[in-house]
Amino acid sequence: MIEIVPREQPSRRLTTGVPLLAAIGSLLLAAIPLAFAGAPIFAAYGQMFTGVFGSLFSFTEMLTRATPLIFTGLAAAVAFRAKLWNIGGEGQLYLGAMAAVWVGTGMIDGPPILLVPIVLLAGAVAGGLGMLGPALLKTRFGADEVVTSLLLNFIILIFVQMMLEGPLKDPMSLGWPQSEPIVDEAVLPQLIAKMRLHAGFLLAIGTAIIAHVIMAMTVWGLRIRAVGENAAAARHAGMPVTRIFLSVAFASGALAGIAGVSEVAGLRGYLTTDLSPGFGYTGIVVAMLAGLSPLGVVAAALFIASVFVGTDSMSRAMGVSSFLADLTVSMSLICVLLGGFFARFRIRRVRTEDAA
Amino acid sequence: MPDSPPVLSLRGMTKRFGSVLAADHIDLELARGEVLALLGENGAGKTTLMNMLFGQYTADAGSVHVWHEDGTEIILPPGQPQAAIEARIGMVHQHFTLAENLSVIDNILLGTERLLHLNRNRRAARAKLEALMIHSGLDAPLDRKVRELSVGERQRVEILKALYRDVRILVLDEPTAVLTPQEADMLFASVRSMVEQGLSVIFISHKLREVLAFSDRIAVLRHGKKTGEMATNDADTASIIRMMIGEEHDMPERTPGTPRDSVLKLDGVSIHPTRETRGLRDLHLDLRAGEIVGIAGVSGNGQSALARVLSGLLAPDAGAIEVGGERIAALTPRAALSHGIGRIPEDRHHDGIIDALSVAENLVIERLGDADVQRAGFLRRASMAKNAEELSAAYDVRGPGIHARSALLSGGNIQKLILARVLETQPNVILANQPTRGLDFRAAAEVSRRLISARDKGAGVILISEDLDEVLSLADRVLVMHAGELTETESRDRASIGQLMAGHAA
Repeated sequence: MIEIVPREQPSRRLTTGVPLLAAIGSLLLAAIPLAFAGAPIFAAYGQMFTGVFGSLFSFTEMLTRATPLIFTGLAAAVAFRAKLWNIGGEGQLYLGAMAAVWVGTGMIDGPPILLVPIVLLAGAVAGGLGMLGPALLKTRFGADEVVTSLLLNFIILIFVQMMLEGPLKDPMSLGWPQSEPIVDEAVLPQLIAKMRLHAGFLLAIGTAIIAHVIMAMTVWGLRIRAVGENAAAARHAGMPVTRIFLSVAFASGALAGIAGVSEVAGLRGYLTTDLSPGFGYTGIVVAMLAGLSPLGVVAAALFIASVFVGTDSMSRAMGVSSFLADLTVSMSLICVLLGGFFARFRIRRVRTEDAA
Repeated sequence: MPDSPPVLSLRGMTKRFGSVLAADHIDLELARGEVLALLGENGAGKTTLMNMLFGQYTADAGSVHVWHEDGTEIILPPGQPQAAIEARIGMVHQHFTLAENLSVIDNILLGTERLLHLNRNRRAARAKLEALMIHSGLDAPLDRKVRELSVGERQRVEILKALYRDVRILVLDEPTAVLTPQEADMLFASVRSMVEQGLSVIFISHKLREVLAFSDRIAVLRHGKKTGEMATNDADTASIIRMMIGEEHDMPERTPGTPRDSVLKLDGVSIHPTRETRGLRDLHLDLRAGEIVGIAGVSGNGQSALARVLSGLLAPDAGAIEVGGERIAALTPRAALSHGIGRIPEDRHHDGIIDALSVAENLVIERLGDADVQRAGFLRRASMAKNAEELSAAYDVRGPGIHARSALLSGGNIQKLILARVLETQPNVILANQPTRGLDFRAAAEVSRRLISARDKGAGVILISEDLDEVLSLADRVLVMHAGELTETESRDRASIGQLMAGHAA
């Protein structure tokens, strides 16, 4: 007989150990599709490792990849804490990028010290408004924000496409649907010469620390947690539940919007419709892997970015499909969900002693 | 009836949850045609024991023996609910397990028919049920939807559901929690008549009066052990309580309050019945400082609507609320707090605390703006911890500490936490909605004592309770709520208040 008993209080070792084990587990499980692809497994793992840690370039590439994931991961983590299911990170990312391009391609002139914050702010506001819509629909009409925020992604992407074919199109692009480049004053500076790593990464780390401080140490953070855990009791205690909910929605959307700014102003320089390979969606995995903790998001984003960059390099070297990266990331999510179960419950064998 | 043959024997039932021994070698015998009352404080092991009987928990040790009518003995395999059902053991849970959108007959037949049976033999089922209703004296409108039934009717449906399955052993878990005294008497009369036809009953209750009136034998559990067993004829309240809590029970003595100025007035407060069950009809109430006004009544007669109005969660359709000399149409939770209305909610888990937050955090969630809680939007953790240490000590909140999640506290300690939060602000008005529901004697007595002392310090208290004994023991004035109306009564007589609770003019 096997019995499943809830643990009274999951220990700290368990709550931090489980995501770690899940990460390792998903890497090990990646051996199965690797074997199917016919690659020598140990060599493949080696290639995956050197693909990330083998050189300064590959390592900074990983950090560059992690940057938008930290922002979108934070966007999901903050919202999920309040039980606001923002699935629209992808769309908000594009809104932020679009606002950055709109403001940062010559609309305003100024020194970098002025222009960079303005571009960031514009992206944050655009992303924030992008999530405020679904949140208002939820508080006013009870519309499910999972559906509205998800569907909004496609609408926004088509809108971006329209803008890139029209008003935002770069006349010098020889017909390609892309925006004008961001002016030099609005570009996020490189951190290391000749590497693509940009100041957006430091901004992401700083944002995660601020998010942690807000969540753990401020009245606003306490209210967000209260509304997420028990909205009825929060309302009974006199908290402005709707206002808190809307403020979280705006903050979450703003974080995803900054991800878009960071990609446009730090990496690409201009906007196209392939700016993000699903950073908004991957952010959800990052947040779950992090247990919705803002500092955990940094670690989870680094891990997922390593998987992506490492697998990319492996697939180039070994000739296996790079879809393996998506597979590993998906498996890590499944491992985390499974691990969460083991963190909350204990499984034990029961022997029935015969008293008759 | 000790001479009757046994139908059920639990032997050495033991169950451990982590470090807690929830049931420790409990033996229990039930004879044919006997009513056994199972008593105990919360957490004494009653539910654990019943869950092992029904195979919902696998016992760590012990065995369940059942005897068939022909005297053959079987041992129920542990951890298999199906075996308990086949042995014709039935249970009526405290919380109803009926599907509200189905008719009574569908609810009763649910689970007795095979999934892929195409022609349902409704006529035979109906005939059997009708015979059963005449036999047992329990009747229910078979074709009405459960949604439309009163709680008393739903209770009867639950019992009919068990009887339809030909149970020989019936477990009733706090069956009268939601019934008027009259409905409870009717229920006992019908169960009694079925017992005479050979049914055996295990009856779990908190209400000693019922236990003494209705059972044949009493078994008492405490801390997972059986601490006593006696024939009801030999028992009295004091001896039972001694077995339950291990010492003489001292219920706070009611001292009359000294009512002073009015602190809260309801003036024609009404809520249309389509908005809230039963609605509220033209309520008038004048609460004075230094008195406890008790509102008795069967739950579902508008008490929760009244409580929600006073808590600021529900705006009345008509009428006004006068509080602190101000006349307002509707309160919000914020406004209720700023007018000094302290609220002890009915459902403490749902409205009272936020499980995942710490004890220290839960103690300040109603006053997050105060200077000792925050400075410039940042929480003052040290000051919050000091506040929590002081209040935990003063109100005897026990648990794994002030930084632990409140979910880890027991029900009684959660209630003490809420009391501490409400009383420390010295409210002028205290709304206590079912403040002792589900608490054991000791915790309930503590809550009662706190309410009386708050009253003596000058608060006006509105006590809403289903437990008439509690209202009578605490309230300076008694009002009865029925079908959304409040009626004040001078009477302190159970029977005449019971009449009012059932909607008859006294």
